[in-house]
Amino acid sequence: MVFADLLEETFLSLSSNKSRSGLTVLGIVIGIASVITMVSIGQGSTKEIENSIQSLGSNLLIVTPGSQKSYGSMVRESSGSANTLTLNDVEAIKSEISNLKTVAPIISTRKQVLYKGNNTNTSIYGIDSAYQGIKSLETSLGNFITQTQIDKVSKVAVLGPTTRDALFGTDVNPIGMKIKISGTEFTVMGVTVSKGGSGMNNSDDMIYIPITVAKHYYTGNNSVSSINIEVSSANKMDKAQEDITNLLLARHKIESADSADFSIVNQADVMETMSSISGTLTLLLGAIAGISLLVGGIGIMNMMLTTVTERTREIGLRKSLGAKSSDISNQFLLESISLTFLGGVIGILLGLIASFLVNKFGGTTTVVTLPSILLAFFVSAGIGIAFGYYPAKRASTLNPIEALRYE
Amino acid sequence: MIRCKNLIKTYKTGDIETNVLKGVSFEIKKGEFVAIIGPSGSGKSTLMHVLGALDNPTSGEYFLNGKNMFKLSDNELAKIRSERIGFVFQSFNLLSRATVLRNVTLPLVYDNDVKKEDRNKLVEKALISAGLDKDRWHHLSSQLSGGQMQRVAIARALVNNPDLILADEPTGNLDSKTGDIVLETFQRLNKDYGHTIVLITHERYVAEHADRVIELRDGVIISDGSSSKSLLKNK
Repeated sequence: MVFADLLEETFLSLSSNKSRSGLTVLGIVIGIASVITMVSIGQGSTKEIENSIQSLGSNLLIVTPGSQKSYGSMVRESSGSANTLTLNDVEAIKSEISNLKTVAPIISTRKQVLYKGNNTNTSIYGIDSAYQGIKSLETSLGNFITQTQIDKVSKVAVLGPTTRDALFGTDVNPIGMKIKISGTEFTVMGVTVSKGGSGMNNSDDMIYIPITVAKHYYTGNNSVSSINIEVSSANKMDKAQEDITNLLLARHKIESADSADFSIVNQADVMETMSSISGTLTLLLGAIAGISLLVGGIGIMNMMLTTVTERTREIGLRKSLGAKSSDISNQFLLESISLTFLGGVIGILLGLIASFLVNKFGGTTTVVTLPSILLAFFVSAGIGIAFGYYPAKRASTLNPIEALRYE
Repeated sequence: MIRCKNLIKTYKTGDIETNVLKGVSFEIKKGEFVAIIGPSGSGKSTLMHVLGALDNPTSGEYFLNGKNMFKLSDNELAKIRSERIGFVFQSFNLLSRATVLRNVTLPLVYDNDVKKEDRNKLVEKALISAGLDKDRWHHLSSQLSGGQMQRVAIARALVNNPDLILADEPTGNLDSKTGDIVLETFQRLNKDYGHTIVLITHERYVAEHADRVIELRDGVIISDGSSSKSLLKNK
């Protein structure tokens, strides 16, 4: 029996029971489509997390202060709130640690900001000239804070786009306008390009001012809120982290790293943690969708078993006309593979459309990758073989005499 | 053509052995039209299964056109059925959703020796031999009358030019008038085309259409001779 005949027989028998074939295919379609959509949502969130961490800068170490945990005291203040890191530490890091590209101290605080009748509460970042490079910040309007302005303690401010919208309204050019941050008047000199972050570190809802100004007007001492350090290359991250830890321990006269009054966060670690979380998420979503695929596969098997019983006489006839057992099993196997193949193709298309719609209207980034499509495709073909094999085997082993007698 | 010697077929159900054929011997020459007659339980269906290579005999010799048919594997039996035997069944056994042409093509599909381009010619020849009007050829077989269906089944049995056509109660589902037409078709195939036909029936009237009648009872042959009709004809 040649393949073209096999295909013709398959087409004849599947098309002769269209509604049943259609419903069986639907099971596979739903399974495959949900696998593709779910995995695309999972991978989309992975990518979103990676992007937002990447947008913090690359090869970044962030040093934040934390109060020393001493014996007898159960209280530990939240990191960043303590005053244990100073500008002197920053200078020491700059001069004594090698392989660092930039060291950017930040003095951050939250203040009420006022422009005429509008006011908003937002993060104020006192920064030095290195910060712009580390965060790859760009201005859409005006200019960023210059070294001269930092040195001269100029009361100038660069706004994030969200803050600009809150104070001035969208599409207003605020350059040269005066705003009041906690009573002190600043001149707006730029607006940054939107980076689209969200949550606590939304770089769009922020006001940047010179670090010298922040120190003079808001802290009044030498302390800094955090130090962003860019290491020259990824493979020197661990060494730099260790060196900085040792330096700061020595400067703060602390013997053990366990009781350090600061903490260093390695960007790569954060990324790894987040990726593993979203990887688990993807797996979970995929597994849920996979169950529906399995149910679809069982549907195929159920249909094929019914078909074999229904067509017992036909099988007997085919055998009496000279069909070998393998001809019979090939025919039934091809029928189930055709069903899953068809379901797979439709399911992939439907999954692509669904993930596109989720991306567009659902507010979640979705990423459809070629491996997930290939996986879905081969899984569906595999289901056809796996769940079609038993019914096909059963059909092929029927005794022709008994099959012909079957009523 | 067909040579059977001491065919024995025993079925085992648990510990009980049932002897269905108890030593059947006969010969059928090429071009003969033979009816095998007997009441139900006489073993005629089992004999047909053995002759039709659907089953192996328990013991005994069976030569079909010189080929020893003893203890063949399932695949070898399938090959014999595909190349040497054409079946006509009581209940036609056509694929109802397929056209007449597709039904008649089916045996060729399972015969890898027949080239695809030769198929149509063979199918047309068989349908003409079986006497089915050409305007029915593209109909679905479910749209035909009983007599037409049986002629499609006969064409299907003819299409691979078998050594032997086996008809199992071919008129059982037909009224007497269409039954007669079908029996005449067999006679014509036998006389005009020289096909060897073995017809299995329990009706004497049907058996009388053959040239020779073998009567079977309880697994043994009780008579074997020319049918009365052919005796009449010969006189």
